Amino acid sequence: MTEALKRPPRKDPQKRTVSPTLPPASRSRRALGFLVAAAEGRFVLQRCGDCGAVAHPPREACATCLSVNLDWHDMPEGGELIAETTIRTSTNTYFRERMPWRAGTVLLDAGVTVIAHVHGDVAPGARVRMIARTDKSGKGVMMALPAKETENMADDRQLRELTCDPKHRRVLITDGRSATGLALAGALSGAGASTVFAGIAEDWRPWQGREALAAVDNVEIVALDLTDTVSVNELAGEIGGKVDILINNAEHVRPGGVLDRSDIVTARDEMEVNYFGAMRLMQAFGPAMRSRGADGVNSATAWVQISSIYALSNWPHFGSTSASQAAALSLGQCLRGEMAGSGVKVVNVFTGPLDEDWRQPLPPPKVTPDALARDIVSGLQQGLEEIVAGDVARDFMRRYREDPRVLERELTQIEGMG
Amino acid sequence: MAPAASRRGYDGVVAAVPVTVPYERYSPQVAHWWIARALGELVRRAGIAPTDIDGLTVSSFTLHPDTAVGLTQHLGLTPRWLDHIPMGGASGVVALRRAARAVQSGDASIVACVAGDANHVDSFRRMLSSFSRFAQDGSYPYGAGGPNASFALLTDRYMREYGATREDFGKICVAQRDNARAFPHALLKKELTLDAYLAARPIADPIHLFDCVMPCAGAEAFLVTREDIARDLGLAPVRVLSTIERHNAYPDDPVQLRGGWALDRDELWAVAGIAPDAADLLETYDDYPVISMMQFEDLGFCAKGEGPDFVRGHTLTAEGTFPHNTSGGQLSVGQAGAAGGFLGLVEALRQLTGAALGKQVADARIGVVSGFGMVNYDRGICSSAAVLAGGAA
Repeated sequence: MTEALKRPPRKDPQKRTVSPTLPPASRSRRALGFLVAAAEGRFVLQRCGDCGAVAHPPREACATCLSVNLDWHDMPEGGELIAETTIRTSTNTYFRERMPWRAGTVLLDAGVTVIAHVHGDVAPGARVRMIARTDKSGKGVMMALPAKETENMADDRQLRELTCDPKHRRVLITDGRSATGLALAGALSGAGASTVFAGIAEDWRPWQGREALAAVDNVEIVALDLTDTVSVNELAGEIGGKVDILINNAEHVRPGGVLDRSDIVTARDEMEVNYFGAMRLMQAFGPAMRSRGADGVNSATAWVQISSIYALSNWPHFGSTSASQAAALSLGQCLRGEMAGSGVKVVNVFTGPLDEDWRQPLPPPKVTPDALARDIVSGLQQGLEEIVAGDVARDFMRRYREDPRVLERELTQIEGMG
Repeated sequence: MAPAASRRGYDGVVAAVPVTVPYERYSPQVAHWWIARALGELVRRAGIAPTDIDGLTVSSFTLHPDTAVGLTQHLGLTPRWLDHIPMGGASGVVALRRAARAVQSGDASIVACVAGDANHVDSFRRMLSSFSRFAQDGSYPYGAGGPNASFALLTDRYMREYGATREDFGKICVAQRDNARAFPHALLKKELTLDAYLAARPIADPIHLFDCVMPCAGAEAFLVTREDIARDLGLAPVRVLSTIERHNAYPDDPVQLRGGWALDRDELWAVAGIAPDAADLLETYDDYPVISMMQFEDLGFCAKGEGPDFVRGHTLTAEGTFPHNTSGGQLSVGQAGAAGGFLGLVEALRQLTGAALGKQVADARIGVVSGFGMVNYDRGICSSAAVLAGGAA
């Protein structure tokens, strides 16, 4: 049984912060297909399109019929641990610092054997449930978990290396004034976050919900205005060294595309929050987080950007906002590249229309703030890098993956605008 | 598949001039240097000029960016037959059988078979991290335990399946250390008791310290030539009675509990015209003792699963009832990269010509050598074996 993780003691400022080291990062290009599914929490393997044989490790041709027609498919997650070891020496620095390390051979129900990380609660020879996740190198790996939930299961130290669990971590929510901010604060506090910093812009402006927010356990209200570089830098100066998870939920959303407007004033406001706001946050908080990716139980672990699903493909009804969120999404790709090597995951959350004021005329189904917060916290606990919240966004994502250009035409045709 | 009888023997072909360049734990020298030293010793002891070498096989992990090709120019050789054999622990026997066919068919007259590797302070880590594509994608990210972890999984499964104990593996290691104490080139010569073996620190459970080989630098070499040339040069010959090789055998076994030898051993003995009990000594590839035990079974010295009992029923030292890894094997001599795949063969050539550097097996006439190489992902891919006979036909 896993021992419950203890809340880490206050950090000794005289001690050197542990530099992030990485598990092996090199992979074949083919193996990246496993990685992108792992980032969504899907367990996939290659399967031959001609003979149906399942293949592992990732390869260029089927070892049964030599077909090169291999595609990634979701696989049954069950298996049996048929051999195991506890590794106590390694030439790799990351693992050396984390010895001993449990690994094993799993005979999958899918018919192939794989080598995987093994959770501490799995008994020798036991049935297991496989998960695929990204590791500190940002590469896809497998882990064998107990077939049934065990006590404190998420606290297993090898599993926690793959997740961004808020438990005992300190989280910054960039917009505490919104309904999503309040919902996130509640969900994170409930998940064991030790501090939830909630950013409030222009706190002198009275707003409903301040009391509700302040009443959430472990919430600390802080001044933060994403449109103001000084404000962002000041907050980073105060708490930048203890933000383990940053959730950027601030957004500036207005209806309208290009021709509906006669100037770029609103577009500028959108960019000021959605794009430049994100960049200010990255520049102020990113460097400290990048250096704290291996800082113990409450290491920096996730940068979470919430976007409308229309960041992926423009919806003219909210065309200008879509464009600013597309810009922010692209910036997030850049951040992921710059964070590589730190162990901090860049997490994209795509949501369908939120149930809030500026989207009031849109038809259901909409995403409630509570549902969005639940999906985000669950995604962090699982260690996902891509979270799709709500039915509209999930449907959108399916169509986007099928053919992004067909989807673009769907969204921009006249019927699509209703 | 063609019947066993269709495979030809190696009449008129012999192996000779076993060369070991003494190993070093760490050395700043590169593979080219080690290989050159082995070849230099080879020609000096054979009493030939480097230009007399008209065939060459090379095995090395650390020759990069060169291969056997670059080595010919580097060392000033002009062979008419050249082979690069990247098969790790299976390289020795594979080099022997390639060279033997070349000599038999007249493609070459004097083939030098050489293996050598450098070991710099950081080279083992570098080699592990880029060993193979499947290892890079499928095993190395899971704890980066290298071969220790891969063989730990295999040993774990073998112990559970066949009831082998740590004492059984310990007996193999202790006997080899006993042999090594008389072998001048062994890097590990401190006496090893079974108690010390059992008390050693764990490396990757159930593998402990004395189950592991020590990476080092070194080189091994031998010549393959016609019997009449060997006689004219006054070289002590060893005849090649039979050989096998196999790659990626039993790919559907979930964990490797047998190697390719099991697939080919009937043919190995049929072509040799003798049975396993005729062997006077066995040199197995011993990167881990479980692999030696597997070779006892798969080569036909005992049945599958009876390896532990076989070990319990024999003394495995050079003077014992079943002389095994008579120079101490890689477990005590050290693992000099691809030269580890030559170590057993070169030692067998010494034993069968009465030229042991350490303990000499009494009346050694028939020697069996087997090789095992390349953990590409979760198992060793290459297996090889040879039956050799000392003295002229």
